[in-house]
Amino acid sequence: MSSTQKKREMQVAALENGTAIDHIPPRQLFKVAHLLELEKLDTNTITIGNNFPSRKMGRKGVIKIADKFFEENEINRIALIAPNVVLNEIRDYEVTRKQPVSLPGELIGIVKCNNPKCITNNEPMPTRFTVINKESGAIKCHYCERKINKEEIIVK
Amino acid sequence: MKIKSLVSIHQYSKDDILCILENAARFEASPNRNLMEGRVAATLFFEPSTRTRLSFETAVNRLGGRVIGFQDASTTSSSKGETLKDTILMVSNYADLIIMRHHLEGAARYASEVAGIPVINAGDGANQHPSQTLLDLYSIQKTQGRLDNLTITLVGDLRYGRTVHSLIAGMSHFKPSFHFVAPDEMRMPDEQKSFCDNLGIPYTEHTDFTEDIINRSDILYMTRVQRERFTDPEEYERVKNVYILRRSMIGQSKSNLRILHPLPRVNEIASDVDDSPKAYFIQQARNGLFARQAIICDVLGINHLI
Repeated sequence: MSSTQKKREMQVAALENGTAIDHIPPRQLFKVAHLLELEKLDTNTITIGNNFPSRKMGRKGVIKIADKFFEENEINRIALIAPNVVLNEIRDYEVTRKQPVSLPGELIGIVKCNNPKCITNNEPMPTRFTVINKESGAIKCHYCERKINKEEIIVK
Repeated sequence: MKIKSLVSIHQYSKDDILCILENAARFEASPNRNLMEGRVAATLFFEPSTRTRLSFETAVNRLGGRVIGFQDASTTSSSKGETLKDTILMVSNYADLIIMRHHLEGAARYASEVAGIPVINAGDGANQHPSQTLLDLYSIQKTQGRLDNLTITLVGDLRYGRTVHSLIAGMSHFKPSFHFVAPDEMRMPDEQKSFCDNLGIPYTEHTDFTEDIINRSDILYMTRVQRERFTDPEEYERVKNVYILRRSMIGQSKSNLRILHPLPRVNEIASDVDDSPKAYFIQQARNGLFARQAIICDVLGINHLI
């Protein structure tokens, strides 16, 4: 393989500018893609890879999005399902910022309320949850006041 | 200006509660006042509740306001599939205040966010019923002469009973001690117990309803054990007769003991208790009128009551 060819191949994966999201649990990869609303990005080049070998977690998923930088509230949505994800901001092929995601104080329109008698399950409206414990990941519905533990959370 | 609504007892501070109770006492002294003259209150009862609706409508009438509304959602557009939001926005065009009862939990909070006028929650499913809590607090204060350092015994369905959960929240400002008396399947949920733990509020749980517990209490708060909560009908038959208060059980109780019940009662307070000076549940319901007058004035920003 010539060196020019090799370089070209690498460039498929390497980002000039954009966001690389690393260490996504393989089973959550497509959920993460959905939560970031990647399907709405019409012009950005997106690379999605899964089951890469990882020393830290066995297998991992990776998403690279060219020319897209996420706002903190956009990216923190994925903290619910992939809490150990690292976000790499890349500018001119260099990682300019490494940012672990963290659970925001409030989750709007992301989680479904477990209470069938909650107004949010019976009215066309966004759900709203307050994170009551960042460590345990417990959340509380702003409307029906139902408390939901992390393992019971249903992402929409 | 931010519109004030009453959705949950949790939104009220100790001072807010005391202010409402003070005004309730003023209304009790003089209930007929034209403070709402020219104003219209809408009572939207998506789920029927005759007692609560009559109490609120009497409160509006005694304040000189007028009432529009419905008492059964089957006669309204919501039965045709109209969203709650549209119903609330439509009523906001007409009225100055919405008082609503809904079977869905969180409905009142959502209504308060879209309404543009104050909303009073008159019960949203199993979630909140703050005017009940405030009338309970008013009844406790009135009969005990204080709210601080009281021993309160809650009896019956402590698992699903929203009135007892809200009462714990409302009393939490006033250093109470609680006894929780309930069958195993209706025990106080962990959420309420950890709420007490975090605030250092002492409580004891019991499955037997004994005279010993009654004799230590200042307030005995009875609730209905509802048949539909039980999967095993035999279990219901066993339990419903265990938590009945009879006149013979209060013979040795404290002289200041008062028996409260959010009503309606079925058989959990025997009729021989009714004549006891310690029975207070009928007067308690009457106090609801004054508490609701105070709540209405609070959300409408009508201050300076004398």
